[in-house]
Amino acid sequence: MSTMLEKQRTRAAAQFTETALVRRKNRHERVAHAIFAAMTLLMIVPLVLIIGYLSYQALPVLSLDFLFKVPVRGMRAGGIWSALLGTIYLVLISLAVATPIGVMAAVYLNEYARDNWLTRVVNLAVVNLAGVPSIVHALFGLGAFVVFAGIGRSILAASLTLAIMTLPVIIASTKEALAAVPRPFREACWNVGASRWQTIRHIVLPNSVSGILTGVILQVSRTAGETAPIMFTGAVFYKAIAEGDLFAYGLLDQCMALSMHLFTVSTQVPDVPEALPYGTAVVLLATVLAVNALSIAVRVYLRSRKNW
Amino acid sequence: MARRRWEIMIEVLIEWMIRLCGVSAIIFVFGIFFFVFREGAGLFFSGRFNFTQFLTSIEWYPTSQSNVRYGALALIAGTFSVTAFAMVIAVPFGLGTAIFISEFCEGRLKETLKIVIEILAAIPSVVWGFVGLTVMNSLIIRLFDAAIGLTVLNGGILLALMSVPVIVSIGEDALKAVPDSYREAALALGATRWQMVHRVLVPAAKNGLLAAVLLGVGRAVGETMAVLMATGHSVRVPTSVLDPVRTLTATIAAELGEAPVGSDHYQVLFIIGIFLFTITFIVNLSADLIVRGIRGKA
Repeated sequence: MSTMLEKQRTRAAAQFTETALVRRKNRHERVAHAIFAAMTLLMIVPLVLIIGYLSYQALPVLSLDFLFKVPVRGMRAGGIWSALLGTIYLVLISLAVATPIGVMAAVYLNEYARDNWLTRVVNLAVVNLAGVPSIVHALFGLGAFVVFAGIGRSILAASLTLAIMTLPVIIASTKEALAAVPRPFREACWNVGASRWQTIRHIVLPNSVSGILTGVILQVSRTAGETAPIMFTGAVFYKAIAEGDLFAYGLLDQCMALSMHLFTVSTQVPDVPEALPYGTAVVLLATVLAVNALSIAVRVYLRSRKNW
Repeated sequence: MARRRWEIMIEVLIEWMIRLCGVSAIIFVFGIFFFVFREGAGLFFSGRFNFTQFLTSIEWYPTSQSNVRYGALALIAGTFSVTAFAMVIAVPFGLGTAIFISEFCEGRLKETLKIVIEILAAIPSVVWGFVGLTVMNSLIIRLFDAAIGLTVLNGGILLALMSVPVIVSIGEDALKAVPDSYREAALALGATRWQMVHRVLVPAAKNGLLAAVLLGVGRAVGETMAVLMATGHSVRVPTSVLDPVRTLTATIAAELGEAPVGSDHYQVLFIIGIFLFTITFIVNLSADLIVRGIRGKA
């Protein structure tokens, strides 16, 4: 103890006289700062390079026609409309399933659950659900929905699989949004005789709806990018649909999807023109990033506006 | 009065639904285990499957006509090598970035960096896989004069970039959880930021940082599309980082399409699934227990 104190005392003294110790200390500080900054930079540079390179390579094919035409000649030409539409279907249906369940689960965890073993197990289950590998979700979807429930490989089975997979996203963000509503809001409501549910319905949810929305948007981005869970539950390499038909897929049909299409054209189809997979990758990336940016923008706006 | 009773009934109903959804996560986790195991159980309990062979043999011939063998050791080695290589990069860089964002940045820069890391996390795994297949592949062939660029190195770098955001965000949370009084005490003694970080913050946040690393490992082990597209397809134990390998996840993704539903081959892929589920479950559980550990003490 005394040596430690002594050390500290020498350090404090050294602060005022520029000794070798102080110089070394400051040099270490500068080096550490530079190393950490370089590490951070090294994580960001690939991101910029990748996005830039993909976009550059995709330039020859990117056009409105690419988005709104169906693929032709064994997916070696034409656009990606079938895949785009499939992804929209999958996202909307899985959202319709996951959002109510996820929001209610978060309401339970934040408003009803007491600090006991059950709550702990629920939280643990949410963390674990988020950690289950996507391919295991695929196996689950195949075993539970396609085979056991007898839905067959279809948009419905794939969407349900995606819904369960992205549930932790919506639970986590909704929980955060609910927790941000100050407790006095609730107490004031209880004090005028409102029940627990009335308080949630009229005070807690309206005050956190935009926060919940951020989570929903984030979930859209996660769902749109997933490939493995839909590979064996409903997405196919190729399916012919009519151009411009918004209702081309039925609930029990198989469909194409953007993420799956990227996998297909880059690994399964020979002699694809080089720019085509790049175009698909850029559209997928742009969709996901735009949705993410929207979610971030909503969050930043909310934080600036919050007045409690 | 009648309306009141009706309202109460609705309320009771809704509250039960909320409770049901609340425990839904538990139901789903058990459901995943149950249904994946159910599909693989037929083979698992039949005499045709030998669990010791599964773990110790490198002979993976699930479709052999004469002598079917399910030795997953090469696949396990594949997953292990790619994950280990990814962690060699991701752990120092992830923790370094977490420290930089949490302790060396303020205000605008901090917010911007957090958003960039969030964007890095948002890139779909199939896009990473595509990058591995095209950009990284030709880069590795050119730089190392290798015959093929789809290797442990390629997959490892991709997985590192994919697990860094996990490590950064959890690691940053862990550093944020250290009370400011620790920082103030260190600085008041004349410590530089670096001294404060490595003498005070890292020891104080060590459990949270360990949990961050574990969750990064979990992410890397479970990743499918990127490794499917970027590590080549050779079932063998790698001897260098320039060897192509195949991971457990990639094997399921690559072979499930060809295996007829209900066949032995199909079932063994579900057994691999349960094996993966068990690994990630243990990793996540330990991460959770480690984090709870600090909260319990604090």
